[in-house]
Amino acid sequence: MNKENAITVKDLTKTFGAFTAVNNISFEVGKGEVFGFLGANGAGKTTAMKMLIGILKPTSGIATVANFDVISHAEDVKKSIGYMSQRFSLYNDLTIKENITFFGGIYGLKKADIKVKTKELIEELGLHDEANKLVGALPLGWKQKVAFSVSLLHNPQIIFLDEPTGGVDPITRRQFWEMIYREAHRGKTIFVTTHYMDEAEYCDRVSIMVEGKIEALDTPKNLKTLYKVDTMNQVFLKLARNIE
Amino acid sequence: MNIIRYIIQKEFRQIFRNKAMLPIIFIMPMIQLIILSNAATFEVKNIKFGYIDNDKTSFSRELVEKFNASTYFNVLSDYPTAKKAKSAMLNGEVDVVLEIPQHFSRDLIKEKKSDLSVTINAIDGAAAGVENVYVNQIVQQFNSKIRVGLMLLGTPEVQPQLIETIPLFWYNETLNYKTFMVPGILVLLVTMITLFLSGMNVVREKEIGTLEQINVTPIKKHQFIIGKLFPFLILGLVLLTVGLIIAKLIFDIPMVGSILLMYGYTIIYILVILGIGLFISNYTDTQQQAMFIAWFFMVIFILMSGLFTPIESMPEWAQILTEFNPIKYFVQVMRMVMLKGAGISDIYPQVLKTLLYAVAMNGLAVMSYKKFS
Amino acid sequence: MKRFIGFIQKEFYHILRDRRSLFILFGMPIAQVLLFGFAITNEINNVDIAILDHSKDATTKEIIAKIAASKYFSIKQVIDNEAAIEPAFKKGHIKAVLNFENDFSKKLISENKATIQILTDATDPNTANTISNYTASILKNYQGDLNKGATLSYQIVPKTRLAYNPELKSVFMFVPGVMTVILMLVSAMMTSISITREKELGTMEILLVSPLKPFQVIIGKVVPYILLAVINAIIIVLLSLFVFKMPVEGSFFLLGAESLLFIINALSLGILISTIATSQQTAMMVSLMGLMLPVILLSGFIFPISSMPLPLQLLSNIIPAKWFIIIIKGIMLKGVGIEYLWKETLILIGMTLFFIALSIKKYKIRLE
Repeated sequence: MNKENAITVKDLTKTFGAFTAVNNISFEVGKGEVFGFLGANGAGKTTAMKMLIGILKPTSGIATVANFDVISHAEDVKKSIGYMSQRFSLYNDLTIKENITFFGGIYGLKKADIKVKTKELIEELGLHDEANKLVGALPLGWKQKVAFSVSLLHNPQIIFLDEPTGGVDPITRRQFWEMIYREAHRGKTIFVTTHYMDEAEYCDRVSIMVEGKIEALDTPKNLKTLYKVDTMNQVFLKLARNIE
Repeated sequence: MNIIRYIIQKEFRQIFRNKAMLPIIFIMPMIQLIILSNAATFEVKNIKFGYIDNDKTSFSRELVEKFNASTYFNVLSDYPTAKKAKSAMLNGEVDVVLEIPQHFSRDLIKEKKSDLSVTINAIDGAAAGVENVYVNQIVQQFNSKIRVGLMLLGTPEVQPQLIETIPLFWYNETLNYKTFMVPGILVLLVTMITLFLSGMNVVREKEIGTLEQINVTPIKKHQFIIGKLFPFLILGLVLLTVGLIIAKLIFDIPMVGSILLMYGYTIIYILVILGIGLFISNYTDTQQQAMFIAWFFMVIFILMSGLFTPIESMPEWAQILTEFNPIKYFVQVMRMVMLKGAGISDIYPQVLKTLLYAVAMNGLAVMSYKKFS
Repeated sequence: MKRFIGFIQKEFYHILRDRRSLFILFGMPIAQVLLFGFAITNEINNVDIAILDHSKDATTKEIIAKIAASKYFSIKQVIDNEAAIEPAFKKGHIKAVLNFENDFSKKLISENKATIQILTDATDPNTANTISNYTASILKNYQGDLNKGATLSYQIVPKTRLAYNPELKSVFMFVPGVMTVILMLVSAMMTSISITREKELGTMEILLVSPLKPFQVIIGKVVPYILLAVINAIIIVLLSLFVFKMPVEGSFFLLGAESLLFIINALSLGILISTIATSQQTAMMVSLMGLMLPVILLSGFIFPISSMPLPLQLLSNIIPAKWFIIIIKGIMLKGVGIEYLWKETLILIGMTLFFIALSIKKYKIRLE
């Protein structure tokens, strides 16, 4: 196995009863890469991601994240990763500051560090006036940005984002991807699922999942050439049609 | 350790931020304690009493007067016929009906014996039993009195042998129900608040999605559970303290035993309840499910605690079941320590069982919290 | 209308699909009725007592044998001095001590009088009082046997008839109460939670912008719970008939109609709670904390209302459960019809309308 890989997945499968959500997938993600994990709703993206972040047991197969096995060393995996879920997952009844303090705290950050991080984060997002407001009162786009920043508090090497831009406006989406790029430039590996095909263009490499299987995996450019089309959206439609 | 502190801090913030919940947690239980403690009494008084006097002599009127004078029977209705009285009983207007037959006094003098018929609404069997005793007592008194009067005319009697009974009520000489009920209802309220809040807690985070975010952190299971337990433990102790103050100031309940011992025991007890609550919360998928299960156990715990109905009268199998009822132990300990001044050596069986229970339930709570599914 | 039926169907699927909830909704009430029906009684039986006999003569032995033979007492301990009483009470092993004085038989014969102290642990006043009454009556009987030779003249003998429950079965008292508690809580709690849940998840707004009218949305949410509660009521009545052998002296139809009325009453209370509460958590705490103890304590389920202080007797009038318990006992045990129960029925109807009117008012204010 390549030591330079941030994520290595081999023959990973998850079944729920008779239903196979993730069917024997294999791929590798290099360090510092922005990896797009694409697929329609229900294709198995979230299930696959939950196995990688150590909260769902694979039925079979192996996966290592940050050189830790996701089954035997799930807790070590968790120390090295950040995660932002599809469902908004900060506490609505706590303020931005209190959310930062809490998540910083349970990642084991020291009090002084939390203080510094809080200041940095609020400055970076330009949220001085909102810092003591309840998260529930913020617009969705801002919530997502705060959630993203909170997932970075403990300086993880790999960041998992599950449909981070779902439901937000195009301008905020744009800003969000700028934040993602900034982290990638700092050497972090980004693993992002989305069903916005235009966002796929921003990724270094993408995989496309259809009905539990990875049907394509390459750079956006190569994929477009391979399928002889102009946009990722068309790549996706072509793939989906082939399956049917 | 530090990590636990942050969870505790967060839980407290959430509890105090929810302005709609604060009065429900802190004020409602205390109002209930003050009001409902007055409701819980098995004393039978103000009995709704009616009579049918078919005799209409000075004797029969004197008998009715005896009932009138008694403090137990306060509503006195005179029914002209048995049919009217029956209808009144069906209506719920009257619970005890005394029918004095025709020739009541004539029979008594001539036959030296006379009957009375008494009808008691026996749906509440226990109350009916007591009512029957009261009726008999009054009739007996009346009987003795007129016997003395009539005896002057008749033959002298042999002096009977008497066994005198002297009842002595320890710890509560005046048989004050509040002495018994206030600590008991306080136990129920503390238990309900802590069970319901802990039962909703984790499953609520599941429903809103924050639990997943916590699951991807390297937090240890026991840290999570301890962090969740602690705020509710403090909450329970605060409620207990306010409740005890109310018990002392408003109800003047004696507190003979060691307060320290009571608090020590309460801590173990609340841990049992929180363990059950968190276990339910971990096991269920929605708050609705969690609350229904919590409700189910709460009703069973309350009704089988020995607080309202005696445990000794239950069938064997049910008595064995009550061994798993934490409220039973708490009610016992509260009474033993508060009212009788029992020490640790007297309550160690309860302490031991509660401690075991706490370990088991919290073990289950930690185990049922699955970061990895 | 078609849309409306579709909506109700959706609500049903929601409940039916969730096996665990379904099991809970039906299994638990049955378990409770069976458990309480068999286990709970407010009779006093098998009370553990201790004997302190300073005489140990023929008479005291006879009396002790009488006490031991009664179903009320079981003699757990024999102690030999007063000092042992206090520790025994503190440990809580016994509830009473019968203390026979010195030279019991001798005194009885020479002075025609002997004394027994009944020491009771009155931290539980009900049990204490009952123990002392029972002991006194056992001793009265014994005394009667002693004095057989001397018959008393001029006797008045009251003949007591225990109406509606001649065997004084506790279950007659508790089953109506348990049924009430279950129907009240299931209906009020479940509806208030299921409506606030939609609010919390934001799906309520979606339903409200749909062409369904707001009251249709609410009714749609409530109808499945009416059915659930009705099924529960039927199961409970069947259990009380066949398992506990309770009679239904009155009309089954009336029993059904009144139960339905009470269920609707509880549901409308649930709706009212949901218009006030903004989160599931608040709805649950209001319906559980606010209803559980008042329904158990102020409804006449366990404690007789007529013995309560006057302010509480008045307060009990606003508890719907109180009226329903009177109604079920009336129909099942007394066998009365609506001509005796119209007042209680009207009160329940009035309360229901009041809850509904108040909910509509609250609801309108929020929408504006």
